[in-house]
Amino acid sequence: MNLNELTIKTAREKLEQGEISAVELTEACLAAIKKLNPELNAVLTVCEQEALDEARAADQRIAAGDQSPLLGIPYLCKDNIMTKGIRTTAASKILESYIAPYDATIIKKLKEAGAVLLGKTNLDEFAHGASTENSAYGPTKNPLDLTRVPGGSSGGSAAAVAANMCLFALGSDTGGSVRCPASFCGLYGLKPSYGRVSRFGLLAMASSTEVIGLLTKTAYDSALVLKEIAGQDELDATSAPEKLANYEKELVFSNVKIATQKPLKGLRIGLPAEYFLPGLNKEIAEHVKNIAQRLEFAGAELKKISLPHTEYGVPAYYIITPSEISSNLARFDGLGWGLAKTEAADLQSFYKLNRGIGFGPEVKRRIMLGTYALSAGYYDAYYKKAQAVRTLIIEDFNQAFTQVDLILTPTTPHPAFKLGEQVNDPLAMYLEDVFVTGASLAGLPAMSIPAGEVTTEEGNKLPVGAQIIAPRLREELIFKALGALEE
Amino acid sequence: MAITNEEIKHIAELSRLQLTAEEEKNFATQLGSILQYVEKLNQVKTDNIEATAQVSGLSDVARNDEVRNWDPAEVRLALEQGELENGQLKVKRVL
Repeated sequence: MNLNELTIKTAREKLEQGEISAVELTEACLAAIKKLNPELNAVLTVCEQEALDEARAADQRIAAGDQSPLLGIPYLCKDNIMTKGIRTTAASKILESYIAPYDATIIKKLKEAGAVLLGKTNLDEFAHGASTENSAYGPTKNPLDLTRVPGGSSGGSAAAVAANMCLFALGSDTGGSVRCPASFCGLYGLKPSYGRVSRFGLLAMASSTEVIGLLTKTAYDSALVLKEIAGQDELDATSAPEKLANYEKELVFSNVKIATQKPLKGLRIGLPAEYFLPGLNKEIAEHVKNIAQRLEFAGAELKKISLPHTEYGVPAYYIITPSEISSNLARFDGLGWGLAKTEAADLQSFYKLNRGIGFGPEVKRRIMLGTYALSAGYYDAYYKKAQAVRTLIIEDFNQAFTQVDLILTPTTPHPAFKLGEQVNDPLAMYLEDVFVTGASLAGLPAMSIPAGEVTTEEGNKLPVGAQIIAPRLREELIFKALGALEE
Repeated sequence: MAITNEEIKHIAELSRLQLTAEEEKNFATQLGSILQYVEKLNQVKTDNIEATAQVSGLSDVARNDEVRNWDPAEVRLALEQGELENGQLKVKRVL
């Protein structure tokens, strides 16, 4: 096995035993990036020198007996998260030469933990999309099938983990942007609760839903990284003061015999009828049901539940999100940083020129849609209406969580689709989010886990994910259920 | 719901976006079909339902009102990305 293929858990054991060094591990990842990235386009910026310096420093800490859980672990970061001194583009031309002057809180935490930043990954421009085709620097390809998308918007991060360019990657999830690519690339994709992880230094897109998320090879790795990056941050007023759990401990059922000891006894899992409508891909439905049965075998109780406003999630999301985008992206005005073409005659035309050249089509579409929804005469009909529907969607979940502890659904309605297939149909692309917007609008933690494979029209096998949703700030319940699946 | 070319021009103006004629045409069609789709929301009765603006459960988060200086090196890095004159960021005339 090549070093870059290791999980965090195994790599840490080998580092501690002195079997491998952080420099060797980092070099193996850098070599994989060099070899595979020309084809995949998953990574936009590689910081080789900085990474090797960090790896050397990690080796010294290890030698001195430091046992921090992510020490010496190489990772990649979605390019909408600020990294001091390293270019942060948001996959947009408007930020082509932008160098962040500071580190996001999570980057700072990972630095202190001794994790090794390898570079920045591709995304849909400003995280607007579900395929990573909206990048100004070209689409990322799915490493499992080069004719297909990796999902989005954290598609570069997912492709990089699936292709073993790093041991884990950071993403962001506003309405499925970590869970969708996890499903398409066969990974674990965690969207923590709204407020669980500091967003200071995440480029703001839709402030009322977006969170930092994780793409990992195992559930255990996800728990390890969450523990390191989660927690309240004075620099993010929306971060939650609630205590963190020992996420990785929830997962370990060592010496527990699932068949006889039933470790999930007392855990109630809901299957919402609205996520299993007759049109759902049959293989996906089978895979999710199979996971439900395995949880039941471990002692969980399965319950049929209803989330009656599910079908209004996507339309509510695609009013609320563009509205917040039109406001958040107003700061890109060509003044002080980012693209600045100066030939315009006055300030108004200067703004329009720089924004017109700097933003790509989907970004402009969303700014236009949001501006329209917020404009005089339409505000009540669109924005306020969508926010009221959001309340009902949240109440659905609140009601469901009086009957169950977790909710199990599919993540995506199908496996990865072909590059270019939906690129000219924005509405079809929005409908990709049908199973993932609910948890986002309600601020709930949700994880996509590998559920199985689906046969494509060409006879190839592609992965699909199942989604586990928990009550807000109860991530540990997801890990507890996954502990029973790992055995 | 159809969007007229005039409406597109007006929204582009409000959005501070310079659009090409082709973009205006595409956006009119695409925004029209998206808005038609979100009309679906009108099937839901929302009388007396409060709007949700945020889900953090927090309110009035503030720290003590005392000056804290940001790392001067980071401040310099931030400013140096724009055009400077006498240490001040230079912008176009506003008036």
